[in-house]
Parts: sequence; C-alpha cells; structure tokens
Amino acid sequence: MSQRVTIDPVTRIEGHLRVDVEVDGGEVKKAWASGQMWRGVETILVGRDPRDAWAITQRICGVCTTVHAIASVRAVENALQMEIPLNAQYIRNMIILAHAVHDHIVHFYHLSALDWVDVTSALQADPGKAAALAESLSSWPGNSKAEFTRVKERLAGFVGTGQLGIFTNGYWGHPAMKLPPDVNLIAVAHYLQALDVQRHANKIVSILGAKTPHIQNVAVGGVANALSIDSQSVLTVERLLAVKGWIDQLSDFVKNVYLIDVAVIGGFYPEWTAIGRGIVDYVSVPDIPLDGKNTRFALPGGHIAAGDLSSFKEISSHDDAYFREGVAESVKHSWYEGGKGPLHPYKGETRPQYTDFDDDGKYSWLKSPTFYDKPMQVGPLPRVLAMVAARHQPTIAYATQALDLVSTVAKTKVGLDALHSTIGRHAARAVACAVQVDELARQWDLLLANMAKGDLTTFNKPLFPKDEVAGVGIHEAPRGVLSHWVVIDDGKIRNYQCVVPTTWNAAPRNEADAPGAYEACLAGTPVAIPDQPLEVLRTVHSFDPCLACAVHVVDTEQRPLVKVKAA
Amino acid sequence: MRVAVLGAGNILLSDEGLGVHAIERLSLAYSLPSDVDIIDAGTCGMEMLDELEGLDALIMVDAVRAGQPPGTPVRLTGDALPVFFRSKLSPHQIGLCDVLATLDLLGRAPKYTAIVGVQPLSLALGMELSAEVESVMPVLLRMVVDELAGLGIRASRRTAEVA
Repeated sequence: MSQRVTIDPVTRIEGHLRVDVEVDGGEVKKAWASGQMWRGVETILVGRDPRDAWAITQRICGVCTTVHAIASVRAVENALQMEIPLNAQYIRNMIILAHAVHDHIVHFYHLSALDWVDVTSALQADPGKAAALAESLSSWPGNSKAEFTRVKERLAGFVGTGQLGIFTNGYWGHPAMKLPPDVNLIAVAHYLQALDVQRHANKIVSILGAKTPHIQNVAVGGVANALSIDSQSVLTVERLLAVKGWIDQLSDFVKNVYLIDVAVIGGFYPEWTAIGRGIVDYVSVPDIPLDGKNTRFALPGGHIAAGDLSSFKEISSHDDAYFREGVAESVKHSWYEGGKGPLHPYKGETRPQYTDFDDDGKYSWLKSPTFYDKPMQVGPLPRVLAMVAARHQPTIAYATQALDLVSTVAKTKVGLDALHSTIGRHAARAVACAVQVDELARQWDLLLANMAKGDLTTFNKPLFPKDEVAGVGIHEAPRGVLSHWVVIDDGKIRNYQCVVPTTWNAAPRNEADAPGAYEACLAGTPVAIPDQPLEVLRTVHSFDPCLACAVHVVDTEQRPLVKVKAA
Repeated sequence: MRVAVLGAGNILLSDEGLGVHAIERLSLAYSLPSDVDIIDAGTCGMEMLDELEGLDALIMVDAVRAGQPPGTPVRLTGDALPVFFRSKLSPHQIGLCDVLATLDLLGRAPKYTAIVGVQPLSLALGMELSAEVESVMPVLLRMVVDELAGLGIRASRRTAEVA
C-alpha cells in the first residue's frame, strides 16, 4: 500500500518548505517540494534607490543575510559596469568566506549531523576507545580520553534530567542509525566543540562587517571600512591580526575535525553513496574575485552535464553571457500568473495566483529555474565537482584525502563517483569548507600586502545614468548559485529578481514537468518507518535547506495520522 | 550585570518586524547605560549565540500571537516562556529557540528572560507597521523601560518629541 508522507515544517510564519513523498515498497516513488511562503521581496524594491537594495535584501533570510547583501551590490555594480577597489574586494571576500565556513560548520554539526549520529547511543561509549580511535585519525587536541569522559558525563547529566532540550526531536534508536557508540561519542564531543569554534567565524564577519548578524559595511562601489595602519577607530592592523588568529583556529578545526568526521561517518554509511543521486546536471559560478571588475577568480565554477566531469564548461566571469543568457524561470507549477512560458529574470513577473496544493498543477510558491531549459542541482557538490574539473589543486587534494579515509573506514575503494549522493553532498561541503578556509587566509594576506603598498582605498562613487541599465550580481553562496537581477531606470529600480540557491534545489516541476533537484533526489530513498521518515530528512538536509521541520503522516484520505517533530 | 534587549522579526513583513522597529526607536527615545546591549537579531539564529551567552537578563521584543485583538500589548515571563517557543506564538521561534536551547545545553542560558510584544495585525509584505500596532509602539517602549527598571536599570528619556 502506498503511503503519503508530508513533511511540513513549522518554521517562521507558515513555514518555508514542505516535502510530500509517496512511499511504496519501503522507498520513495514520487516527491513534491513546495515553498509554503510567498517571498515577494522583489516588489518592495521597485521604485527604490539601487544603493539601498542590499540593506533590504539582506533581510530576506535569517541564515543568509550577508550573501544577499553581496549579490545585491554586485548586481548594481554590474549594471553600472563599475570597478571597485581591490581592498573592498578582499574585505568582501573575507566576509564571504568566513560566512561560508561558519555556515558549513553549523549546518553539518548542529543542523544535520544528528540525522546520522545517535546522541543517546553515545552514553554506551567507552571514552578510552573513542579517544584511541580519534587520536589515530587526527592531531586535534580535543580528542583526549579526559575530554570524551567529560562530554559523556555532561551528556548523561543532561539526558538524565529527562529534558532532552535541543536533542528532543531526534530519531534516537531508529534502525537506520548505524554508528558504533564510540563514534557517536566522538561526534557529540565535536558537536559541542563546534559551538565554540563557529564563534571565530562569526567574529570575523562582525569585525569586517562592522556588525553581525546584519553587516553594515558594504556599499555600491566598495565597502565603508576605513583602513588604517595606526588609527584606533578603523580597521587597523591590530584588528586584522586578531582576524588572522581566528582564521588559524578555524583552519585547524575544519581540517583536523570536520573533514575527518564527515569521512568517518560516510565510511560507516557506504549504502548512502548510492542514495539521493537525482539530478546530476550541475551549475556553480566562479567566486572570490581577484580584480576590481570580477573577471579573475580564486575559485572556479561552471556547468557539468549528466554528472560527466569531461563535459565541464567554465563560467569565466560575472559578465559571462553563457550564464546570463542561460537562466529562465517557469511558473507552470508555481502559484503565480503564467502562460508566457519560462521568462528570463530581467523580464520576470511576480503576480501571485494561489490555488490549493495540486499534485499535477500548481503546488509551490517557488518558481522553477532552469539553465538552458534543464533543471540543475546547485550547492557545495556542484562547486567541488566544477573545481575538480577545472583542476583546482587544493580541491583535488582535499577530495582525495576525504575519499581515501572513507575507503579505509568502509574497507572498500570509494571514488569520486560516490559524491553524487546524499552522503556525498556532506563530503563535498566539508571539502569546499577546507578550500574556503585556506582561501580566507590567502585573502587576508592579499589585503595586508595591498595595504603595505600604501593603497588604502575602499570605495569608488557610483554614477547612475539617465538611461535604463540592467545588471546581474552572481555569488557562489554556501547553498549554491545566488543571482540578483536588477533593471535600473534613471537611478531607480524598475525590476528586481532574486534567484536563490534553494529555488534551484527545491524547485517544483518545470515547464516540461521535469522534477526539481529535491524531488528527483528523493526518488528511491528508502523509508523504513513511514511515521519516522529519517531517511527522507537525510536527503533533504543534505542540501542544507535553512529550515526545521515538523513531520505529519497522512493516510490516503489526507487525514493526519501521526505528527512527529523533527529537527 | 550583562543585559540585552533583543528585537526579533522580519522588517519586510510589516508587523512581523515590530520588535526590530521597537529597539531602533528605543535607542532614539531613551538614553541607556552602556552595559545594556541593544541587538537587532532580525530572523537570525546561531549567529546570536555569542551575544546571548551568559546574560544576566534577556528582554526580547517580538510580535506575539496571543489570541488577542491586534495591537494588544503582551508580556510573558517565567512559566509562560516555554509555551511561547513551543507553540508557534512567535513567527521566528526556530532560530532563537535553537539558540536558547543550545545555551541551555551549555549551561549558559540567560538567568532571566522576559518577552514583551504586541499582537500583530498584518504579516503582509511591506516595510510599514499597521496603524493598530503603530499606535501602541510608545506603550511597548515603555514596557521595555519598565522591564529594565525591574532589573534596577534606569533609562532616561532623551526628549519629549522623539518616540
């Protein structure tokens, strides 16, 4: 008998994302991803000064504030074809990278690791054996027997109160949980340590961005940070030295803890390298510009067709017509007035037309973006595969290191192809994070070297023409390709469209009724216990949707049977 | 004594952003001691961990769905707080709820927490507050000031016409 499982999150307001799956014979046959809230921020921007757009767009989302600020100023600068100072680029790059490192660490440890790690099983662990295992894999000082003993005692105290608090919603004891107790204890210890480490990344954003969580320092034309070698009130060498200290601590954790944990956990779940493949058409964009006009980049990006790395086509700049002309959005299955076929974002329309949830008709507030008419997967996996295809040496080195460790733990050779999967998305995120933390250190060096040359410029004044101009701001955000598209007429915004990573991944079916990435990747995902659809959450969480979920199971008459809360 | 006044909410969704509007106006209308942190949390989550850690008192200002007529001021403390976070009274419970639960795990949760807010009328797209909520904003600011006074912190009014 087929059952329908609806995962309808209780997030802000009515929830952002709902996932419905049809389960038959113990696996997902069909899936629908639905955005449950109209995010029509674009309409707020029409008629406003383009220089104010970044401050408004960074309020779209509580998780991705800085990325919308960056994409927005880039869009306006692209429309004006203006150059920004090198220092501004380096400071923005450091904010981008520190935010990405923060986001990836928090996503893995605090938002998704507990899909794989059974917290209560850690209470059965032997701290001595756990330490012996962890110390054999890494030089991290937080892997001692004493540390694991303390964590186990703390956990026992917490669980012993009967109030699981933050751990309330886990599927403890679920048959799909496979880690031995010692590995669970190591992971719980690192979960707690990651809470401390993530602060360093947040502090970097806060110092450079003048404030957190909403940065204040970006501006169309550069950044508002005054640089100085000595003055107290500005971004001084002293403050930059503190930033360097935090970068080094992040680097230690990412390489000696995060990358290793992901590989070890992956090694205990080898079957998950064959689950969640779905869409293997990938797109990412180059980022971390090394010049003032966004034509040279530290990290490459591009398109990969059908999972074949030899098909890689590089997107060479933020002005590359190959990207700009390839994007279109369909509203055939979205709650908007349509009938015009897929539209390019400059021509995009956002006029709501709500119907009920109609499996074959409209069922989502998200539009369905395509790249040259095909749905895409975006995120760390497409990013890492593009960088490997572009022969980016640090990416190849970290990917090889991670896959070798997976192979050792799994006692079987696991290659690059394993990355096209649910667990592979986690591995790719850790590899991307290692690359990004190295690049963060490099951008710090570049900024200091440029300041040492006597260049302290951070801002070029933008000039708006009377005529209509249009531009796109592209950013490889933590969750994947983000693009803001702006049309400016006589210094005022005439049209504004944001095509966000989760729109690509959580897209409903497109004009040709082809499913989006979540929908395609969920097909074939096993479900052992329909009212505890842990496996479905694993696949959805592997994309890092910034959402928490409540799970309802409904029978064929759509009557709620069970309601289970899940993180 | 470390005290934070935190405004939560999305300023793009009219009354949903009343907490953020309130703390912006609070700094304009009142002069506060420097050890009181005014935090614009927006809809953020884990980024707030540092700023909320080890507080003596947290005063959260937010839109509260209390089943009251729009514009009704609401104050929650003590036993009423878990309900606020568990039962969707606040539109952005998830982020801050996770942060407070995490601080609880670390044994570093605020020693005292109070929530002051207003029943929203409109959560529609827009950057202005509804007239019902707008009219009660001075009352809301006064509630924050009273809350601070209860902690022994004096906030003095800057001028009569601001606010």
